Amino acid sequence: MPSLKDLRNRIASVKATQKITKAMQMVAAAKLRRAQSAAEAARPYAERMEVVLGNLASGITVGPETPRLLAGTGADQVHLLIVCTAERGLCGAFNSSIARLARDHANRLLAEGKTVKIICVGKKGYDILRRQFAQNIIELIDLRSVRQIGFDNAEQIAQKILGRFEAGEFDVATLFYSRFRSVIAQIPTAQQIIPAQLEATGVSSDAVYEYEPEEGEILATLLPRNLTVQIFRALLENAASEQGARMSAMDNATRNAGEMIKKQTQTYNRSRQAMITKELIEIISGAEAL
Amino acid sequence: MATFNFELVSPERVLFSGAVDAVVLPASEGDMTVLSGHAPMMTTLKTGFLVVTSTPGNGTRVLVRGGFADINQNGLTVLAERALPAEELTHEILDKEILQAEMAWDATNDPVARQAAESAIAQLREAKEALTY
Repeated sequence: MPSLKDLRNRIASVKATQKITKAMQMVAAAKLRRAQSAAEAARPYAERMEVVLGNLASGITVGPETPRLLAGTGADQVHLLIVCTAERGLCGAFNSSIARLARDHANRLLAEGKTVKIICVGKKGYDILRRQFAQNIIELIDLRSVRQIGFDNAEQIAQKILGRFEAGEFDVATLFYSRFRSVIAQIPTAQQIIPAQLEATGVSSDAVYEYEPEEGEILATLLPRNLTVQIFRALLENAASEQGARMSAMDNATRNAGEMIKKQTQTYNRSRQAMITKELIEIISGAEAL
Repeated sequence: MATFNFELVSPERVLFSGAVDAVVLPASEGDMTVLSGHAPMMTTLKTGFLVVTSTPGNGTRVLVRGGFADINQNGLTVLAERALPAEELTHEILDKEILQAEMAWDATNDPVARQAAESAIAQLREAKEALTY
């Protein structure tokens, strides 16, 4: 049976924790709003890009002239997984669910006898994946010093990936991130980015388009840019998802702390009352004995 | 004068959206003006000023870097990797961009990339000159 002082201390510590989680929840809510509007502002660009590329790709038949970013290297042996996670923890299952998706994917590929290479964007995913795939991880990209993700960050990552692709280090690249659906729903997603998967929209087929310079040349300049845009979008979605996940995780934690405080206060009051009763009985029985 | 729909989109935000009279584009094969009823076409852009005219005799200048323009029956869409309205532009920003382009030039030995970086530097210098007026 803990003493009254122990109970008081415990209540005080849970209260302090509750204050922290509450503050974290509010910070996450404010950051979420910013991240969400950034993700929404980036959407038109990515959508336009997709439409234009779809139009271009639908007019091109895959041949030896097709850029390798679209047609692939012709092999399917070496896979690159780009795992985007958060830099910080305390955001529920956010990091672990992305890492789990990547791990399952990697295990499947390894079982098929393929070679797997991993680039981690964000420290948390690296921490999780390092345990199993220490020799597969080729790079860790740290974005901790970045407050608001800009296009430049995505560009740097894209340049690194493109450099490796040009050097023939891998055949297929897949991007792992969490898609932001709502504050309570974030969906871990795997998206193949090299070779690019474009949906032919076929909208413009009736209009006669003029291309300046040639169609193939435009496509060749657009494909690397599309890679950057896809990564940028993934990073923004990830940032919004992270804040959403943290917000709901901290909301839960605050609620749990509240329940715990309630329960412990009850125990505390009960034992205090028992103590008083006990003392009263002692006094009364002492008086009676006289 | 007939107007058409123009959208200027950068990865981070939509900079302009609305009806305009004319837009001068720094297309990669030479500057071009787009008026309403232009034939559908697509072109890549070089670094330079894009001039938007929404009322006669009045133009807004925007510096665009690396992008492309898509003209179709719905209007003109410019997707620019980097877009800075002339009002937000200062010599410092341009100097930074020039430095970046020069670093890109230093970083590569590929003649095509070098040429691209070279022309970007020249265009940025030109933009810096033009800004003074």
